[in-house]
Amino acid sequence: MVDQKTVKILKFNANNCNGCKECEKACSQVHFKTNDGGEHSAIRILKKNNSYEMSVCDQRGLCLDMCPVGALQRKKNGVVWLDKNICIGCQACVGFCPINAMRKAKSRIEPFKCIGCGACVRACPKKALELVEVKISDIKQVVYHKQGA
Amino acid sequence: MVEGQITIEQYQTGNTKHKWDIKKLRSSHKKLVKHMYQKGKIDKGYANRTLYINLSKSEIREKKVTEDMKKLFTGGRGFGLKLLWDSIKPSTRWDSDENELIITTGPLCGITQYPGSGKSLCLTISPSTDIICDSNVGGFFGPYLKFCGFDALEIQGKAKKDVIIVIDGESGSVSIETAPEEEVNSHILAEQLTHMFSSEDSEKSRQKISIVSAGKGAENSYWGCMNFSFWDIRRKTPRLKQAGRGGLGTVLRDKNIKAIVAKVEKVDGILNNPADPETLAKVGTKIHREIRDLDRFQCNMRAVGTVHLVEIMDEYDLLPTENYRFGTFPKANKIHSPEFYKLFTKVIPDGCWHGCTMACAKTVDGFTIRTGPYKGQKVTVDGPEYETCGCGANMSLWDPLWILELNFYCDTYGIDTISTGTAIAFYMEMYEYGILNKERCGGIELCFGNAEAVMEFIHKIARGDKDEFIQTASKGIRRTKDWLISKGWGDTQLIEDAGMESKGLEYSEYVTKESLAMQGGYGLTLKGPQHDEAWLIFMDMVNNAIPTFADKAEALHYFPMWRTWFGLNGLCKLPWNDVEPANNAETDEPAKVPEHVQNYVELFYAVTGKKVDNSELILQSERCYNWQRAMNVWMGRGRRKDDWIPYRSMGPVTEMEYISRKERYDTQLIEKLGLTKKQVADMKVTEKMNVLYDYRQDQYQKLADAVYYRRGWTHNGVPTPQKMKKLGFTDKKMLDMLQNKINEDEKNNLNKWGGKYKKIEKTPSNDPQYWTKW
Repeated sequence: MVDQKTVKILKFNANNCNGCKECEKACSQVHFKTNDGGEHSAIRILKKNNSYEMSVCDQRGLCLDMCPVGALQRKKNGVVWLDKNICIGCQACVGFCPINAMRKAKSRIEPFKCIGCGACVRACPKKALELVEVKISDIKQVVYHKQGA
Repeated sequence: MVEGQITIEQYQTGNTKHKWDIKKLRSSHKKLVKHMYQKGKIDKGYANRTLYINLSKSEIREKKVTEDMKKLFTGGRGFGLKLLWDSIKPSTRWDSDENELIITTGPLCGITQYPGSGKSLCLTISPSTDIICDSNVGGFFGPYLKFCGFDALEIQGKAKKDVIIVIDGESGSVSIETAPEEEVNSHILAEQLTHMFSSEDSEKSRQKISIVSAGKGAENSYWGCMNFSFWDIRRKTPRLKQAGRGGLGTVLRDKNIKAIVAKVEKVDGILNNPADPETLAKVGTKIHREIRDLDRFQCNMRAVGTVHLVEIMDEYDLLPTENYRFGTFPKANKIHSPEFYKLFTKVIPDGCWHGCTMACAKTVDGFTIRTGPYKGQKVTVDGPEYETCGCGANMSLWDPLWILELNFYCDTYGIDTISTGTAIAFYMEMYEYGILNKERCGGIELCFGNAEAVMEFIHKIARGDKDEFIQTASKGIRRTKDWLISKGWGDTQLIEDAGMESKGLEYSEYVTKESLAMQGGYGLTLKGPQHDEAWLIFMDMVNNAIPTFADKAEALHYFPMWRTWFGLNGLCKLPWNDVEPANNAETDEPAKVPEHVQNYVELFYAVTGKKVDNSELILQSERCYNWQRAMNVWMGRGRRKDDWIPYRSMGPVTEMEYISRKERYDTQLIEKLGLTKKQVADMKVTEKMNVLYDYRQDQYQKLADAVYYRRGWTHNGVPTPQKMKKLGFTDKKMLDMLQNKINEDEKNNLNKWGGKYKKIEKTPSNDPQYWTKW
């Protein structure tokens, strides 16, 4: 059903990034109402050599089938959403995310993740971030249950 | 294959849908007694009280958990032992009024961050063994019992009519009510009661209920298991996990309990109020990642569960076929794990408690039942697990669909697949020799490979068939051996040697003939021949890592203690060594999986706030292990004679078995017993068998000597007062009892080594009273 649909995911232009981490601060404001950024942010900007890298959920949804209580669902806008009122804090999604984009902050047991809200895009002074629309069927990934290596 | 990312609402099993008039069922209930309680807060893993129910007296009350109890017994199975000690007598039997059915949790039970943290430990005096049986089970009930406010549930006495016990953590009440109309068999009863007691008509609400039940088979056999439900929000059906061993379900039904219901107000990740939730999340995430990266290269638990073992056991001559006569079989590839993989539902997170990413609880959905009262219906079959497949092999059933059929009915009838399968395999062998036949089996042609006969036998048990064979055979191998011998139908030694039971309990599914340490792993146990104390076959037989008696004894000390620890804490053993860190083989002691042991050290601290090291964990177990052995002694068992095992578990009972592995046995006669090639060539098979028989029996006794010595017991296997004091126990009744038993053994000249030692061979100790100096 959702396969025909699209989702907006974050695209990063490393050339524009100056490492100011305004995006992280904006994100932690969304999730934890703090300007800390860092472990309270779903988007992380990491320095690599002379450049920067972005680490954030790409909405592939591999975690959806991991959740034992159905706290993870794809919203109508295609975004993979964690309902922290349903979540029982097992960290299965955190552990199984292949790109470590499901985050866990010390302040609460339930993880959090990018919800595609665009706060980081708006906060970036260098226009290094944008939200681009992709087909879910192109990025979708299903959790491993195959027999054999 | 079902594609992933299906929403919970969309997923369908294709099972037959039932409709019941739940209101009508409910209106037939009569509340006998209700107890309101203060909902408490769990403090660092402990609810700090237990729930006591006496069905004969319609009494419900709370008991306080003392600091002393936590210190000496830790929790879980340890608490169960303490509660039993305070309540039963040495003469208590399974159907005595004072016998108790106990369900315990453990301080780590109910955490969601580490795989396998939702286990309950159930204890009772077993109908099969007349001593304590403990059984470890998944499902939601254990965590929910604790979230309702109780570390353990203790049920004494018997109800006059069928009742259900309802523990309602939402309203803070415990009640006993009659339940005359509901089905007895578990797959239906669990569904009825879940719908009946959920607060709202939603999957989320139904997930807050867990049911303990048995079935018609449990009523009419000694193999009764207890099913623990866990509502599956995707399949929209109650799944079932079994406390299988030792007849717990038989005791449940003897007490006229139809079901026990637990209902929680909410579930979240920190209901245990752990001392350090951050460490829980950190250690949990680490193992989730390990499972993510390594499981598919190691055990494939996420894909096929424990069934992955079938082909391994088959390859190493360890898969019991035709009642353990052989360890491999030409048709065995028909039940290797790829065959079950085709049938299992993929994609769904199949943990039996939240957060278990090992996810071994596989199911086949929409399975069409072939026989019996539910014939033609489509159901979800939980499993099969390795043991159930092993039973299939043992009965020479090589069709996955018949194994599923067996699995389904054993579960819903509330009987243990292991005991049932092992026993039927023995009856089949007796059938082959003509010791049993169609007439003696009540008209059933119970020969190897006859799946229809197996199912008919099980249905007859469930129907309460009065045929003499059904009545006897359903009580297990030990009673059937006595019956066959009393009838004079066969050779006594053959019957004793071939029937795979020890202490009255049927063996689980591994061939142990070539691993002396594993013979001890089955025989030198507390509750009977079960692989949950030690699994040493590869270490011993394949890798030859524990060559001497002392080495084997060390393994038979460490591993039973370590594995006991899971049961004290409400944990599953599988995430300890069914996935291993990538560098595990390079550690000093790979068999112990040191990094994972360290995980448990950290978890114990993270929940309880008590700093421990790995030797403290072993000490926690050693206390409870010795206490349980001491209770066995108290009940007249738990001595060397009770650690007897049948010869089928040690070596070839029949000529056919010898001949089938002739090269192996002939070589051993030369290399281990010192016979010459010529001597062996000149001997008849029966002569060679006799020599091997004496040798292996003696090896087992020498192993027992070494193990008793290592465990700090007397020559006759009795834990000593000195040992118990060293472990921290001061209970005078216990210490005096042990001293009296040791004195009794002394009088009867039983405090001596069991092996026949040659002059050059060393006994474990030269001091005839070595144990007094611990």
